Amino acid sequence: MSEQHQEHEQEHHIVSPGVYLVILLALLVGTAATVAASYIDLGEWHIAPGLTLFWNPVVALAIATTKATLVVLFFMHVKYSTRLTKLTVASGLFTFLVLIGMTLADYFSRAWGRW
Amino acid sequence: MSDSTAISNSTAAEAGDSHHGEHPPYQRHHFETVDQQFDATNFAMWLFLLTEVMFFGGLFTAYLIMRNWYYPAFVEGSHQLSIFWGTANTAVLILSSFTMAMSVWSAEKRRRGSLVLYLCLTLMFGFTFLGIKGIEWHEKWEKHHIPGSSFSVQSFVNPASDPEVYKEYHDPPLAPDMAQKTEQYFFLYFAMTGMHALHMVIGVGILIFMIFRARGGAYTTGHVTFVENFGLYWHFVDIIWIYLFALLYLISRH
Repeated sequence: MSEQHQEHEQEHHIVSPGVYLVILLALLVGTAATVAASYIDLGEWHIAPGLTLFWNPVVALAIATTKATLVVLFFMHVKYSTRLTKLTVASGLFTFLVLIGMTLADYFSRAWGRW
Repeated sequence: MSDSTAISNSTAAEAGDSHHGEHPPYQRHHFETVDQQFDATNFAMWLFLLTEVMFFGGLFTAYLIMRNWYYPAFVEGSHQLSIFWGTANTAVLILSSFTMAMSVWSAEKRRRGSLVLYLCLTLMFGFTFLGIKGIEWHEKWEKHHIPGSSFSVQSFVNPASDPEVYKEYHDPPLAPDMAQKTEQYFFLYFAMTGMHALHMVIGVGILIFMIFRARGGAYTTGHVTFVENFGLYWHFVDIIWIYLFALLYLISRH
């Protein structure tokens, strides 16, 4: 019984120090890049009257999300985890985005066109 | 009669012993394999972290809504933060995540000395982060930027009175009612960085506990679950800071 199980189980994956080192450097480069970007006025995009997208926060959040993704995949071993863990992380993130997205959409659109 | 009882007892005891011999002592009996036990605890840790995501998510949502409402106040409030200290702290926390990842690697490779070393480095970076945070908070105390009865809007109704920030940003004076809203910014700043720092303090406490246990060889016998799951917690706290740094320090610079 136990032998049968062992055949199906894969070895516990050990992430090598080299991978951790590459991720560390990528995270430090990302930090430098996001600070540098904050010192430059990246301008804005007038999508429609009363609707403007500022690029600085978009770039800052994009870099932060890239850094967070690297941490989750490699430092937190999700890339090497079971499908259960991957599904848990993905569904948690999805639920979080739905909650924050719906709430912000509501708050930002209540007084639409009345300012 | 008594003989047969003795025999059956000893057989049962032997059977029990051999059953124990099949798996390492740290495998709980309700798991079929060590891998199954590892996956189950890993799953549980991620569920806990998801509740933490929702908890901090509420704070982030409040911040984004308030920033949208009182945009000028939140921009000038943000200009009070030091990008230098914020960047330094981000680097410190990323380094601590790296040493934590190396701690997990050391435990997996059963290297006791290197595990203790990397845990100590992680602890040191944790204290460094809290120390820098203390410097930043102390400056807010001196400038009366802590929400409450002694909060002062001086820096915002008359930005030139705060020359260090003024020469960097040349912010226009805010109307008194908008200037009052900077208190909201600092309330959320302290709520978010304070809750993050509380997680750091808890992490530092567990790190000290782990260092003592690791010196006794607790995590280098193949049972790495505790180190692995604490690592997940520590990296999660790092991720929260990555977003706090972007949202509180950086996005209002322009």
